[in-house]
Amino acid sequence: MELRVIEFHLDSRSGVSPYQQLVRQVRHALRLGLLRKGDQLPTVKDVVAALAINPNTVLKAYRELEHEGLVAARPGLGTFVTATLTDGSLAAHQPLSQDLRRWLAKARLAGLDEESIEALFMATFRASTREEIA
Amino acid sequence: MIWLTWRQFRAQALVAVGALAAFAAALAVTGPRLAHSYSTGLAGCTTLGDCSRFTQRFFADHQPLFLALSSVVLFLPALIGLFWGAPLVSRELEAGTHRLAWTQTVTRTRWLAVKLTLVGLAAMALAGLTTLAVSWWASPLDRISGGRIPRLTPPLFETRGIVPIGYAAFAFALGVTVGILLRRTVAAMAVALVAFIAVQIAVPLWVREHLMPPTHAITAVTADNIDGFELHQDSLVVSVDAPDPQGWLLSNRTIDAAGNVVASLPAEVAAACVPSPPTAQEITERKEAPGVKQQCFAAISRLGYRQDVVYQPGSRFWPLQWIETGLFGAVALALTAVCFRRIRRVS
Amino acid sequence: MTAVLRTHELGKRYRQRWALTDCTLDIPAGRVVGLVGRNGAGKTTLLNMAVGQLEPTTGTIEVLGGRPASGAAQLAKVGYVAQDTPTYSGLSVAEHLRLGARLNPAWDDTLAQDRVGRLGLDPTQRAGKLSGGQRAQLALTLGIAKRPQLLVLDEPVAALDPIARREFLQALMEAAAEQELSVLLSSHLVADLERVCDYLIVIDAARVRVAGEIEDLLASHHRLTGPRRDLDTLPADQHVVTASHTDRQTTLVIRTNSTIHDPAWTVSELDLEDLVLAYMSSQGTTDRNHSPRPSLAVQR
Repeated sequence: MELRVIEFHLDSRSGVSPYQQLVRQVRHALRLGLLRKGDQLPTVKDVVAALAINPNTVLKAYRELEHEGLVAARPGLGTFVTATLTDGSLAAHQPLSQDLRRWLAKARLAGLDEESIEALFMATFRASTREEIA
Repeated sequence: MIWLTWRQFRAQALVAVGALAAFAAALAVTGPRLAHSYSTGLAGCTTLGDCSRFTQRFFADHQPLFLALSSVVLFLPALIGLFWGAPLVSRELEAGTHRLAWTQTVTRTRWLAVKLTLVGLAAMALAGLTTLAVSWWASPLDRISGGRIPRLTPPLFETRGIVPIGYAAFAFALGVTVGILLRRTVAAMAVALVAFIAVQIAVPLWVREHLMPPTHAITAVTADNIDGFELHQDSLVVSVDAPDPQGWLLSNRTIDAAGNVVASLPAEVAAACVPSPPTAQEITERKEAPGVKQQCFAAISRLGYRQDVVYQPGSRFWPLQWIETGLFGAVALALTAVCFRRIRRVS
Repeated sequence: MTAVLRTHELGKRYRQRWALTDCTLDIPAGRVVGLVGRNGAGKTTLLNMAVGQLEPTTGTIEVLGGRPASGAAQLAKVGYVAQDTPTYSGLSVAEHLRLGARLNPAWDDTLAQDRVGRLGLDPTQRAGKLSGGQRAQLALTLGIAKRPQLLVLDEPVAALDPIARREFLQALMEAAAEQELSVLLSSHLVADLERVCDYLIVIDAARVRVAGEIEDLLASHHRLTGPRRDLDTLPADQHVVTASHTDRQTTLVIRTNSTIHDPAWTVSELDLEDLVLAYMSSQGTTDRNHSPRPSLAVQR
């Protein structure tokens, strides 16, 4: 009897496709240490029974995670976590973190309050993501 | 499929079995008593010589019950067609459950075949058993009534023998067919009932007499076979009984010595046979005292008048039963074929 | 992989009116197919022909390689939950399961009993006394326990409250995951379709307007807004689905497989509902002042 280590949810308004949401939630859980090496991800059947979504969506998400090297599917047994994202991944991006701090300082000097900074960041982030796809 | 048919039919079957059991119980209680009182009465009157008064009274005493029980057999096929036949398919179509039944792993043809066979056979069995029970109970009365209401005449013919089985099969098949065509239970019941009644009126009236060629007989008009005289203004019409007392009289015509049909007997016969006609109204007289009418019958035969009678002899009872049952059975099968063809195109 | 549904110029006519016409589809197996359209657009007609309840007037239809309702073997492959989920109101839940067991050789009784138990249905309760959601679940159990390769459902959740609807879809998806079932369901609630379907067919006015994998459809359709423009000036590989103009502005929904280079356009993505609405109202160009209002339910 496997433990229920993670529960998925879907945000139908987020504009992000369902399978991407599942992928992100797994990565998020890995980052936070909620999922550890060797944990079994919920079976397709259980995810689908909880969320009422298409089984292929779950399969696709698990395949992508497998492709990224984070999980591995063992036929007949389930899908298991094979890597984590907590160990030093943030530490490895220290220079990026510092660039970001500098930018934030500039934004505050320019007179932007917290909300405006967040709005500016999200708008630019979304626009650039879209441009990448197009 | 057999289980499903039974389960859907269960309530109607139990009602029928219950009614039949109650009916049979009532007959079983009264039947032997009837037979016993008949045989003792018969034994008593034969010693006295003349049984006609006993038999007349016995029949009159039991006539209401006799007619009531025969009516049960008469109405049973219609009820079967109505309550077992009409809803068989139409109720499923109305409720939409055919969309459940026809997408299981059973074809429409097999679905219909099992339902028709099981319920149809039950209908025929019910009709057969009821007819058998009533025929057994009424056998003393049937023997008496032979003179007045021969078994061969309608409506008694329809309540004896095996024709009720044919009627039940026909009524059932008719109900199912109309149900498939109309798709609505109540409308199907109404239409099937009307159609069935129409057929049941038409067949004895126009069809049955032709199922076997009737017998012609030319008889003298005597005191023994006279049925009655009718006097309308100037015309006198005479009718006689069929030569066979168990026979079914179909028509009565007077012919003269040359063999031509006459519409009326001449005036001198009227003078002898109907002495004092009151007014221009019908008079029908029953058998008179022998002496008075002897001049009448002598006059008729002297002038050469005889009666041309068309009838079905009593011995034809069972042959006609078989032919009519076969006829209704064939129609039932034809309707069944219509059902199978139609069910494939219903949606 | 055999196609689960293949039609060629399929059509059905009732007296004078064509309920479905010129329908050509080739749907692969293993998908959850959503069939969406207005009431009376032809959805039920198509589904009824797929399960053999209806005979086509013209064209051909092939389900899992066989003609619908052509015999017991074909009937065993396809399960059907009809509109209003018909059940025998006089029969109990247990008797319905017995019906399934007697009429279907491939019946999985363990699965059926297990489902009924999990749903909390009283086996002795007559189906006529069940709530709408419970009856729908019973009908779904009958369809699933038959172990078909394709399960067809005609607006199964239209009359259900939100909780019953969600529970029904959960059960359906669980069965799809467990049994490798192909599902074909019709609905006019786009939000439900978005969650469960990966293949979409839009039917409007007795015709199929668009059919394809949802992922591909969403990737290939875009909304373009820009200054007022004549449609003839567009590149050949951009197919216009809808177009609407004001005096100054043109808004288009287009389908294309190549990138959009023209900088005059603002390109935005469509969600499934927008896509469906675009195809249902696509009679060509429209003037903004007289835009038609399609009667699709919007549920969020």
